[in-house]
Amino acid sequence: MTSAAVSFQNVSKAYGTLQALKGVSFEVEKGAFFGLLGPNGAGKSTLINSMAGLVKPSSGHILVNGYDTEKSYRQTRRQLGLVPQELISDPFFSIKELLTIQSGYFGLSGSVQDKWIGELLERLALSEKADANTNQLSGGMKRRVLIAMALVHKPDVIVLDEPTAGVDVDLRKTLWDFTKELHQKGHTIILTTHYLEEAESLCEKVAILQKGQLRALESTSDLVSMHPFRYVRVSLSQRFEKAMLSSTLDLANRLDSFNVNEVVFKVEKELPLNQVMSWLSASPLSIKDITSRDATLEEVFISLTGGQDNEL
Amino acid sequence: MNFNLVGCWALFVKEVRRFYSVAIQTIFAPVVSSLLYLLIFGQVIDTKIEVFSGLTYSQFLIPGLVMMTVLQNAFSNTSSSIIQSKMHGNLTFVMLSPISPLELYLAFVGASVIRGLAVGVGVLLVGMFGFDLTMNHPWWILLFAVLSAAIMGSVGLTAGLLSDKFDQLAAFQNFIIVPLTFLSGVFYSIHALPNIWQHISHLNPFFYMVDGFRYGFFTQSDVSIALSLTITVAFFFGITAINLILLFKGVKIRD
Repeated sequence: MTSAAVSFQNVSKAYGTLQALKGVSFEVEKGAFFGLLGPNGAGKSTLINSMAGLVKPSSGHILVNGYDTEKSYRQTRRQLGLVPQELISDPFFSIKELLTIQSGYFGLSGSVQDKWIGELLERLALSEKADANTNQLSGGMKRRVLIAMALVHKPDVIVLDEPTAGVDVDLRKTLWDFTKELHQKGHTIILTTHYLEEAESLCEKVAILQKGQLRALESTSDLVSMHPFRYVRVSLSQRFEKAMLSSTLDLANRLDSFNVNEVVFKVEKELPLNQVMSWLSASPLSIKDITSRDATLEEVFISLTGGQDNEL
Repeated sequence: MNFNLVGCWALFVKEVRRFYSVAIQTIFAPVVSSLLYLLIFGQVIDTKIEVFSGLTYSQFLIPGLVMMTVLQNAFSNTSSSIIQSKMHGNLTFVMLSPISPLELYLAFVGASVIRGLAVGVGVLLVGMFGFDLTMNHPWWILLFAVLSAAIMGSVGLTAGLLSDKFDQLAAFQNFIIVPLTFLSGVFYSIHALPNIWQHISHLNPFFYMVDGFRYGFFTQSDVSIALSLTITVAFFFGITAINLILLFKGVKIRD
């Protein structure tokens, strides 16, 4: 028996000839804030849904707090709270009724549970809509309901499958504040998101999936620091033209991006910054400011996945 | 055996509340439809046909109509609930919970029995009000009503699970359920049919449900009550087994 919160053991899933997951194995430590990243179609949702019991893996095992999701599904479902990617509604019941019904599935009722439901409604700014039907809600509100539904049984492991997709800034902040609080209380958080800056700021460790295979599994800081490039941004007091670099091929070869009066060079980390400065001095660029930074998670991601899809 | 009784009960209550929240559509409308059948067929044919000895056609018809509404509404309850839950996505909430396939089956079918009986009692009460109808064997009546509702709730569950869209479900209902119901002896005794059709009627499992149910009222039936009960119970276990296999395998709900 493993001590990890979640252990994926050689998990494969095939839909006909399409191999959605190809022997994925890794562990998520207890209490971690873990990011599961990958391009569209990488297999993230298949993996998450396999863990939650919505998808049956073709082979392999998934353990949640040591319990097998197939053999001991009652235990694993009690310990997992999944916020699914797709918006879900139920035209027959109000939000509060849905939360009470969902509690019932887990055998939870009474005043303590009612208090928790009230707290969830409060924390997710749903109190005013508690008696509203989900069909009357906006997309953002429906997303909050899904989060409340996932937390109604106080799961140990919380899985958020792109929870901020189509969500406004206010809700995003509310959601992340609440998620951070749950993490601080000891819950394990597994997150997939379209927004890599969110993953970089929140997740201690990330796994990157591509074409159903694990491409990387590192702490976020290690993954970023392992990236072999740094980025040198040069602000100009003139309009930038690519032709300006024709005399300095070393710079031209390292051009990453540019706009009207700003240019970014992607430079090998082992290359001394002095060397870059000397190339810049030799160029006809009229420099106003220079900054250097490490790669972002997004840049690491694009580099690892070969830019297959910039959108997660 | 580890049984999540509270979870199963919560799902059952939810399913009952679901159809009760639209009671005009799910309870009152079917009662009115059945009474229209009684009004039209009963009044027009009443004096011209004696199906069982000593009974008017209306008296013969009422138990058949009651059973027809029980069957159709029990089927509709599970089939529409499952397909709607799949369409809206809210079946996911159940799938994420520690409710087993057996518990899910019992909750959905239990609710369909409640709806079938609610509509059936509505038709029966109105029928008893206007016609001289006696119930010679109330326990047989109740047994066949509950078993038949459970069977059709199960058939509805199978149809809902296997259907990907409303169109497929409507085809199942219109091309299988409605013909089998109408040809089950609701409106006639199969002894009124030519021999070949009598034999074909014996292949229709719905016939035994209607015939056994009618026996409870009149102590008269087209086939023996033992045969009706045997076939109905066998059908119930058969369709239950099919549903449990589908649910355990997660056909069309756990890809």
